[in-house]
Amino acid sequence: MKLEDIRKVLDAEWLGYRNIRNGYNATEILSCHASDLMSDVLTLSGLGSLLLTGLTNAQVIRVAEVSDFAAVCFVRGKALQPEAVQLAEERGMPLLATPLSMFESCGRLYAKGLRGADTTKEHANCQPKK
Amino acid sequence: MPAQEITKIQELVYELLVGEVMTKEVISVNPSTAMNDLRLILRDKRISGTPVVEDGKLVGLISLEDFINWLSDGGPACSVVDRMTKEVRTVYEDEPLLQAVNKLERLGFGRLPVISRDTGALVGVITKGDVVGGLLKHLEVDYRNAELRGARSSHIFEDILSDRSMLILEYVVRGADFSGAGASASRLKTTLRRVGIDPQTTRRAAIAAYEAEMNLIVFTQGGRIKVELDPKAIRLMAEDDGPGIPDIEKAMQPGFSTAPDWVRELGFGAGMGLPNIKKCADLMRLDSTVGKGTKLEIEICMELRSEAERDSAKAGARSESGRERAGDRCARRLRQRPHQ
Repeated sequence: MKLEDIRKVLDAEWLGYRNIRNGYNATEILSCHASDLMSDVLTLSGLGSLLLTGLTNAQVIRVAEVSDFAAVCFVRGKALQPEAVQLAEERGMPLLATPLSMFESCGRLYAKGLRGADTTKEHANCQPKK
Repeated sequence: MPAQEITKIQELVYELLVGEVMTKEVISVNPSTAMNDLRLILRDKRISGTPVVEDGKLVGLISLEDFINWLSDGGPACSVVDRMTKEVRTVYEDEPLLQAVNKLERLGFGRLPVISRDTGALVGVITKGDVVGGLLKHLEVDYRNAELRGARSSHIFEDILSDRSMLILEYVVRGADFSGAGASASRLKTTLRRVGIDPQTTRRAAIAAYEAEMNLIVFTQGGRIKVELDPKAIRLMAEDDGPGIPDIEKAMQPGFSTAPDWVRELGFGAGMGLPNIKKCADLMRLDSTVGKGTKLEIEICMELRSEAERDSAKAGARSESGRERAGDRCARRLRQRPHQ
């Protein structure tokens, strides 16, 4: 699923600098992980994944970056800390913001065929042990 | 065929779309084309069948077999529309290649017309040859990328002439500086990528560094993260001057946490840090003295890929004497492995 399609499904907006839209709207998203617990997110491989979260501090961007997430979408239309947007711009992390709730966002994406980052094929060695 | 390659092909048939490998320049005929003319088209274009298209829409398929049947009927004067197969099985352009492979296999067909989902128009044809060709092309691209990566990663060490070369990176972490947290891990990640370390190893090192950095920020007055990089392994050391961990065994339990509330409110401190570091590492050593400080040491071997290999490496490492240098252990394990 393309990032631009995800944006439409979630009624979301691009955050950050203007040309981000052109640069990233065709980014292919293979899976999704929804969490406010960064400790958990860090145990996953985010390769090709979208991170859905209600947390808005700059550490979300750091976590997404070290775990290789492809993009981050903030739910419930919360105002993002400016440092977070700035950091994302520096690190080339595309950001979306949706007015929808976490549950509604997940439901819509699941209905469109997107699946969880931890249930799709294994990309990394940093996977939770069964 | 080794299991790994099968997986790669399976991955590709899921990932690639029909539209990416199909033949786009389709030779097609009209329903009104005479069967007599079909012979010339099939012969000149060296094809064994062709879609029948009317106003951009697919209406049928005519194959060499239909043509032979027509001949054996005495070749009466008629047009393609009378002899073509009207119920045509098709695939959509945006379907995974797997779909086309399955259909070709199940139906025993040599080709399938490809239809655009939006307009319903014929946009191409996919044959078994297209499937094989598409897979080979993408495998080649992967192979080239892998080769490039290999060349890049070895290059820095090949240029340095010595018996043993090592790159040492040091990052200073300030305590309680939450806004700066992750900066060291981020810089380490960029560096490892630049040096050409493969993405998986890079991620493992970056995540371990991030967790270690977080621990320094949350629990200590600050410390240092030192990374030693050689062609075989990444060794990461995180050191601080206190307060130390009273019970290391407890600290290693997933979910056990002594993190203050402000850390938890920021989405951290769920007691996953040390277990997660361990998961990312091939070797981990944690020494701590209350009041003195903590020293965390981990090692990530670069050429050990699969989880089974890592597990056996861990088991092997535990039983060996601690005096042997970790890097040498890595190197020896690699030599002992029958296949690279």
